[in-house]
Amino acid sequence: MRVLSGIWSGIAVVVFLLIVIGGSITLTAMTSTSVSLSSALADPYLIGVIRFTIGQAVLSTVISVSLALIVTRALARRSKFPGRGLLISLMGLPVVMPVIVAIFGITAVFGKSGLLNQLLSLFGVEQSFTVYGLTGILLAHTFFNLPLTIRLLLPAWESIPRENWRLASMLGMSSRQLFRLLEWPSISDRLPGICLIVFLLCFTSFAVVLTLGGGPSATTIEVAIYQALRYDFELSQAALLALLQLSLCTVAALGLLKWFRVFAATSGRKVDARDRPDIHSTTGKAIDVFCIGICAIFLLLPIAMIFYSGIRGPIYKVISDPILWLASARSLIIAILATVISMLLAMGLIKSVRFLREKTKQQKGAELALTIGSMTVAIPPMVIGTGFFLIALRTHTLTHATLIMIALVNAVMVLPYLLRSISPPYIQAGEQYYKLCRHLGLSGLQRFRLIDWPIIRKPTAFAVGLGGALSFGDMGVAALFDTDGQVTLPVMLYHQLGAYQFNEASVTAVFLLLLCVSFFWAINQIIGR
Amino acid sequence: MSFLRIKNLCLTFGDWTLDVSIELAAGRCLGIIGPSGAGKSTLLSLIAGFETPYSGDIFIDAHPINDLEPSHRPLTFMFQENNLFNHLTLYENIALGCHPGLKLSQIDRRQIEIALSATELSSIAARKPSDVSGGERQRAALARCLCQKQPLLLLDEPFTSLDPRLRSQMHQLVNALRKQHGLTVLVVSHMPHEVAHIADELLFMQDGKIKEHGNPDQLLENPTHPQLINYLEFTSSR
Repeated sequence: MRVLSGIWSGIAVVVFLLIVIGGSITLTAMTSTSVSLSSALADPYLIGVIRFTIGQAVLSTVISVSLALIVTRALARRSKFPGRGLLISLMGLPVVMPVIVAIFGITAVFGKSGLLNQLLSLFGVEQSFTVYGLTGILLAHTFFNLPLTIRLLLPAWESIPRENWRLASMLGMSSRQLFRLLEWPSISDRLPGICLIVFLLCFTSFAVVLTLGGGPSATTIEVAIYQALRYDFELSQAALLALLQLSLCTVAALGLLKWFRVFAATSGRKVDARDRPDIHSTTGKAIDVFCIGICAIFLLLPIAMIFYSGIRGPIYKVISDPILWLASARSLIIAILATVISMLLAMGLIKSVRFLREKTKQQKGAELALTIGSMTVAIPPMVIGTGFFLIALRTHTLTHATLIMIALVNAVMVLPYLLRSISPPYIQAGEQYYKLCRHLGLSGLQRFRLIDWPIIRKPTAFAVGLGGALSFGDMGVAALFDTDGQVTLPVMLYHQLGAYQFNEASVTAVFLLLLCVSFFWAINQIIGR
Repeated sequence: MSFLRIKNLCLTFGDWTLDVSIELAAGRCLGIIGPSGAGKSTLLSLIAGFETPYSGDIFIDAHPINDLEPSHRPLTFMFQENNLFNHLTLYENIALGCHPGLKLSQIDRRQIEIALSATELSSIAARKPSDVSGGERQRAALARCLCQKQPLLLLDEPFTSLDPRLRSQMHQLVNALRKQHGLTVLVVSHMPHEVAHIADELLFMQDGKIKEHGNPDQLLENPTHPQLINYLEFTSSR
């Protein structure tokens, strides 16, 4: 009974997740019964979609992770140079940035009339580079996942003890030997998990493929679901695709379950290359400067182009449009609702996990609860979105419940971010101060206020801010529920781009980006201080 | 003739300055004692080349080593912890002392066997550091130092985390290997009376300066410097 009272919140969260996720999957499965699986799998279009989905995700993962390895090693070797901290901080921007805004920036650089083609035309090469199709998808996925992977990989270097570097110096290890004997063992421990995260992000990528795919030959399952629901109104086809997507994601996640861990991205400021023996060679320095420079240009140029285009656009016309403000308000409601729900879910789960570890010493139960919460990253938002869309259709609430449904899907999607940010310090604080708190009689809300909250305050602010910004800029589920009068800001930008209103879109993109960053900043100021 | 000669070696961190001069004959063991922040470990880091001195010179066997990379200095180092790579076996860790890329010749293999035997690790050489005790880990680090075949051994409190019995065993092992291989040893310790068992000379440091240097018995039995008296009172009361 005592155990039950300690884990009720966790049980409630797990039940809630099962109802939301399980319910939408069940409804989707019931809808898909009218389509035969065997005939669907024999459909050349569907086979093409599956093949392209897996192919682009594998390629995106290989490119992003390979490049990240090279750049991260260069950053780890050059632990002190002006602007290093700023560069790594800016690498967090693509994570917060709404996908549709980033796509606008990428198009401004690599698009038909973009900077790259203008540069090529100076050398007499006319429009040789196209951003649409597989090239554009890979480019955009690398833009998003390269900085993410760098930030997840950098701690691998932080974990190598200083004595090991000194030992390597004393033993006269070459750069290759350092990589083989010191760096690779540390990296390889994290790499499968990071690859899995990147693969799943690319596998379930929606907005990138929708906008840059450029046609049926470059369609992923997520986009096919959207097209089946929004264009063809083939509910059973959409449901079947959603189930297929879920199955493939589950197989990928289960296959790599042992590497599925909670990773924390760090600023990389703790890396100290002073004791590395391979930092003095001129060739090494030149290679590192080249790698870091190219990476910085690749990531920062699209961001700079967003602002440059926005400043030159019809600012007054766009911001005086009431539709923009209504769309912004809707996005804000979604972001606030999603963060509140996900925060409640995360705290409910983490509280029980800590109780299990402290009082019952049940490590496995605690791990399982955290894994359930984190596994939602393997469930495509479009799958839950499809279930919700079907519920909304059957209950005729498509217009009324849109915002709540989008917020709910986003809350489930950002839950892993909150868990991986808050759970390590919260659990560690529990282990560290458990006996002292008992000795002093600190418990319940008092313990949370005096001991736990000051410790988890900053990571909570960061995670909530990030989750809010992601929900604010979400275009996946929001596009699915795109009905008249319920348009969110990212969907509005998508409409402008689709209607070739690039001047208006440039202002909307900057507006959306500023709102997202402001939301992230405001949350960090309110909670984090 | 001094084997190790340190002349006016200076290093500054903010308003803290290390300023030392030392001479030590070949085959001798110098114990360095002093409170935290005295500069003991910094001194070893300077000798090993992990830190760069502001001024001063270091000579080993009459050769200046200031400009040499750590790997080119004729010395080997044992840290307080993290002396081994956790993903490698004890054998591989020891073998790194012969070749940093683990490309081993027959002579290297023979050398490793001798080091394993000298440190009584032959039976557990295939184990990883996480599967052996703290004492065995430090013995493996010592074996690697032997494989490096360098004349100067720097020990930066490598046995602090061991229990008193193991510490005593390790000191005896260091002493035996020192005599067998003719090593010159610098050992930093927080335990003056323990290190006195193996040291030929004892050096007391505080605030980056050498306060007393002499025979261990004389220093510990009849200390003259007030800071050393305080330090010895404090360490014996712990």
